[in-house]
Amino acid sequence: MGTYLLRRVLSLVVSLALASVVIFAVVEIAPGDPARFMLGVNAQPDTVAALRAELGLDQGKVARYLAWVGGMLSGDFGTSYTYRTPVAQMVADRLQVSLPLAGYALVLSVLIALPAGIYAAARRGRPGDVAVMGATQLGIAIPNFWFAMMLVLIFAIRLRWFNAGGFAGWDAGLWAGLHALTLPAIALALPQAAILARVMRSALLDVLGEDFMRTARAKGLTRGQALRRHGLRNALIPVLTIIGLQFSFLLAGGIIIEQVFYLPGLGRLIFQAISARDLIVVESVVMLLVFAVIVVNFAVDLAYVAVDPRLRARS
Amino acid sequence: MSLLEIRNLHLTIHGTPVLSGIDLDIAPGEILAVTGESGSGKSMTAFSVMQLLPQGARASGAIRLDGQDLLSLSETQLCDLRGRAMGMVFQEPMTALNPVQSIGQQVMETIRIHDRSADAQAARARAHDVLTRVGLPPERFPLGRYPHELSGGQRQRVVIAMAIALRPRLLIADEPTTALDVTTQAQILELLKRLVAEDGMALMMITHDLAVVADLADHIAVMRNGEVVETGPTRTVLRDQTHPYTRMLFAASRHAVDLPEAPPPVPLLKVTDLRRSYPGARPHPFAPRPRIEAVRGVSFALHRGERLGLVGESGCGKSTLTRAILGLDPVQGGSIHLNGDSITQHVPHALRRQIQVVFQDPFGSFNPRHRVDRLITEPFHLLDDPPKGAARRNAVADALDAVGLKPDDAMRYIHEFSGGQRQRIAIARALIIRPQLIVFDEAVSALDVSVRARILDLIADLCRAHGLTYLFISHDLSVVRSVTDRVLVMQAGQIVEDGATDHVFAAPRHPYTQTLIDAAPVLPDLPALRNETP
Repeated sequence: MGTYLLRRVLSLVVSLALASVVIFAVVEIAPGDPARFMLGVNAQPDTVAALRAELGLDQGKVARYLAWVGGMLSGDFGTSYTYRTPVAQMVADRLQVSLPLAGYALVLSVLIALPAGIYAAARRGRPGDVAVMGATQLGIAIPNFWFAMMLVLIFAIRLRWFNAGGFAGWDAGLWAGLHALTLPAIALALPQAAILARVMRSALLDVLGEDFMRTARAKGLTRGQALRRHGLRNALIPVLTIIGLQFSFLLAGGIIIEQVFYLPGLGRLIFQAISARDLIVVESVVMLLVFAVIVVNFAVDLAYVAVDPRLRARS
Repeated sequence: MSLLEIRNLHLTIHGTPVLSGIDLDIAPGEILAVTGESGSGKSMTAFSVMQLLPQGARASGAIRLDGQDLLSLSETQLCDLRGRAMGMVFQEPMTALNPVQSIGQQVMETIRIHDRSADAQAARARAHDVLTRVGLPPERFPLGRYPHELSGGQRQRVVIAMAIALRPRLLIADEPTTALDVTTQAQILELLKRLVAEDGMALMMITHDLAVVADLADHIAVMRNGEVVETGPTRTVLRDQTHPYTRMLFAASRHAVDLPEAPPPVPLLKVTDLRRSYPGARPHPFAPRPRIEAVRGVSFALHRGERLGLVGESGCGKSTLTRAILGLDPVQGGSIHLNGDSITQHVPHALRRQIQVVFQDPFGSFNPRHRVDRLITEPFHLLDDPPKGAARRNAVADALDAVGLKPDDAMRYIHEFSGGQRQRIAIARALIIRPQLIVFDEAVSALDVSVRARILDLIADLCRAHGLTYLFISHDLSVVRSVTDRVLVMQAGQIVEDGATDHVFAAPRHPYTQTLIDAAPVLPDLPALRNETP
């Protein structure tokens, strides 16, 4: 077990190091001068020279890479060229929205998907299953911004239960914050829940066909008991994989939803940074997202081991 | 007074009749063996008693356990009986246990769902006792062990422990030893016999193996196509064999093929001091990987026209050795020569085509999307100038004809064939480029006795027609005895005995060979039975 953990941590560190090299290299290899790219074609030569100096482009590549990585390790992500504020500060502000939103959406997704998937699997081929499968088909097919707009129309404009958009920050209290994030979280969660419910259903159906489920029934367990006690945990591995992927996606992939609800999230920050050609912000935020994905995958790997004792033995 | 009474049981699944008019009785303390070939309905009879039938199943008639008709009970009442009054043991011990729960939890579960007054402490104590009874004392096999930490035989003991934990009156065992080695099989059968004697429970044993039946059962029921064709006390049925199907089954089980004389020895395959090891798990991240030695210095020669057997229990290295000979895995030492040319590290096409193989699984070893014509001509890519057009069609027709199939079968898909026919197609695929050596890797192990007898006859016919040379790998000693001239016995990566098949079986020199032969169940001698006074 200790060996396994150590190996996973090593692989995590190596992945991060490789990712940083790739991200740095992409910006390096991109044709043209980053400073000229950021300032646009009409920039004055002395402005470009000043930015080159600020970016440290006059130094060697290795030195710049080390300075960039070293800075990130000490919490210094550089200073945004367009906003003139530290990138770390900007990211931290945006994470206050994006991280809770992603977590909220994920919790909703799991709360909707697992029961729906289990329900459908237990009633395979019967009307309940057909209904759930039909609903998930819709959930996957309909774009989430349309969901978002419908939610706004119904719950904000007609029923007035929620605000149509905006986020006042967490200073107004936990409840107010969650309240503001509810509609966006639902809009984000529904398509994810639809996918997750299908994965849960098919994983559980695979497990229901296993010999040990028949053994469980031969012991005297009812169909439902056998499913809960022996089926669920065995069906969890593929579900955990999808949950990990979904969290990574939700963290930065909510840009359209952030746009619909006027939320100052990470997705919008990247979008603005790309539009403004602010390479410093782009580089750092991409690195941060890669970090998040790798850490989530690490957590998922640990969850596998917790679920399946065979992996403990192999590790 | 019968404990289990099955009267006029009919079963349909989605309207298709599966069982018709089954009548069976088992008394307490009695062992009834239900036997027959695949598709005869013997497993469905067992599942009907447990009422664990697939969706769409409809049963009529009566199944009475202690006078109580199981077909009239509600699901809740059945759940109460299952595990408490009747227990079941399954064929596949590798998959019959939940991989993510410890063996202790799984045995305790049987106890706790039926006895709600048992707290965790009491259930644990009882699980402890039951596991000790089935030969897994928790001092050596702690309750916290997971199934993957146990061997197949040990897992089967856990399944048995779960089934007998509450001392049910009826135990149903569905092919409980089919997936196990002969020595493990002997131990499990012994255990079942002992439990029946100790608890006075009735045992319904489903098995296709007549030798096991003869050894174990008090009564036999022979099934075919969903009907019981003959039933009675074991010795009577063995002696009289009144139904032609019973006679056919017994004849097929003791079927001996008529092999032609082997030609004078000319070496074909020479394996010298072969070593095959693979890396195991690292004890810690910076440690070198330990090597696991699967084949440890194996040497033997195979002569042209010779039929060589290779026997041994699972894990002894016979599959690893086979893969090395086929050039599928690299070897770490020693050499393999075919006709004097080395095929140790790299097998050139010209030599590769000299060795072909027939695998065990007639269902998994064909691509289902190709027609037979394409499947059996797969080895043609090894030829420098493969036949085309009419020559190819003739080659396909000849190969199919040689294995007893029709040339028209070339245009059909593999799912249209039965298991036995598929194994014929596999042999046609191996034969089509006239290899010098064929490897039969458990090639008849998945087949019913009657089909197996015909495939063995086919192999003998091919020996006469083409002078086949083959290496026949099997765990089934009786089959190896009938189709080989010489046999190698393998144990723990080494060949412990090598000799003429008749000599090895009649007078084994190595204790391991003796153990294998003793453990293998044998059919009783028919004339001797007949001479007994009834």
